[in-house]
Amino acid sequence: MLPILQIGPFAMQTPGLALLLGIWLGLTLAERLAPRFEANANEIYNLTFTALIAGIIGARLSYVLQYPDAFINSPLSLISLNPALLDPIGGAVIGAFAALIYGNRKKLPLWPTLDALTPLLAVAAIAVGISHIASGDAFGMQTDLPWGIELWGLKRHPSQIYEVILASFILGAILPKKEGRALGKRGSMVGGRSFWLFLSLSAGARLFLEGFRGDSLTLANGMRIAQVIAWVVLTVSLWMLHKRQNVEDRTS
Amino acid sequence: MKTLDKKYRLPLYFLILLLSAAWIWVSAAPEGSTSAGEIPAPQEGFLAPDFTLETLEGELMTLSELRGSPVLINLWASWCGPCRAEMPAMQRIHEKYGDEFIILAVNATHQDSPNAAAAFVSELGLTFPILLDHDGSVSTQYQLRSLPTSFFVNRDGIIEEVVIGGPMSEALLQTRIESLLEEAP
Repeated sequence: MLPILQIGPFAMQTPGLALLLGIWLGLTLAERLAPRFEANANEIYNLTFTALIAGIIGARLSYVLQYPDAFINSPLSLISLNPALLDPIGGAVIGAFAALIYGNRKKLPLWPTLDALTPLLAVAAIAVGISHIASGDAFGMQTDLPWGIELWGLKRHPSQIYEVILASFILGAILPKKEGRALGKRGSMVGGRSFWLFLSLSAGARLFLEGFRGDSLTLANGMRIAQVIAWVVLTVSLWMLHKRQNVEDRTS
Repeated sequence: MKTLDKKYRLPLYFLILLLSAAWIWVSAAPEGSTSAGEIPAPQEGFLAPDFTLETLEGELMTLSELRGSPVLINLWASWCGPCRAEMPAMQRIHEKYGDEFIILAVNATHQDSPNAAAAFVSELGLTFPILLDHDGSVSTQYQLRSLPTSFFVNRDGIIEEVVIGGPMSEALLQTRIESLLEEAP
């Protein structure tokens, strides 16, 4: 666990640094692989950048709307760099909406664009795991297994390390291996397989890993809420994956 | 990317969903297994580690005796720029909420000095309790890595948020306090 990286007088928050690096590396990879998904690398970059900027502004505005009095008393806080004054859900909704508008205006094809974004999402998922290692968040349940780690007063499952390992496997699984192989012989309107495969694998990984977590929110019978949500996402993703594969079967 | 033969695809997906549902059932959390609230640790969701420290005035204050009120534990030093910058906002918050919300400003005295801390408090006219961590035991308990570090603790003594670094803005303080005060006693 290393939440702060002290370099001289500067204290850098390592979880945030890991996320930033993850987005940068993921975006670089997505740009490089975009042609294999029949997507335009520049458009992928612009789309991501638009979504990120809109997401950050949206997250702050959404937070301000929830606590208007606090900002009326301290208007300079509107431009505070503190990430604790952001609403992540509001930011995600507004960022996705901005991406949708951008994609619509530029007439970007839906499935190839989503496919081309999967390397970015997969690298970001690894970065989230690394940020959890740095902060000690998303910690595991108590265990006697030899690879358990001492964290927050107990020997626990190294759930953050499991998270990074599985996210790395998922990245390996969704990467197109050779030029032109990602789309097979289908036309440019057929696609979405990489995206739904990524979503299926990620939902499956979350569902599996949540069983080792020590910070789960649970229902009355002990069932973990995140697993139930992941199961629903897995069901939808597998169904969509099946449908996209059917289209691909018909066109190849 | 190789595709699975169509006739095996749906049965396989169905099997995956069935096994996943079974895993949800098998891995349901046994009672208390995900409750971190009884273990003291300087992390969100855990019990704030207890301590007793002397104030600048020489009185003793114990964290656990403050149960029932939300508390902000702020670890600081007089030489730390961001600590100095966030203190006026904390003072305004203290004047606004009074005893409803308790601010404990724990001076990392092992890295500072009681005289420097007292001069700083007098200079800014701070009226909330200033505690002196002479031997650094509280800094160790709270795994202090950067100054300032703040812990928002709810009425039950559970840490709800850790803010590493600063300065915290007044808006941040106010929103967190409102959220802590909204929780039923």
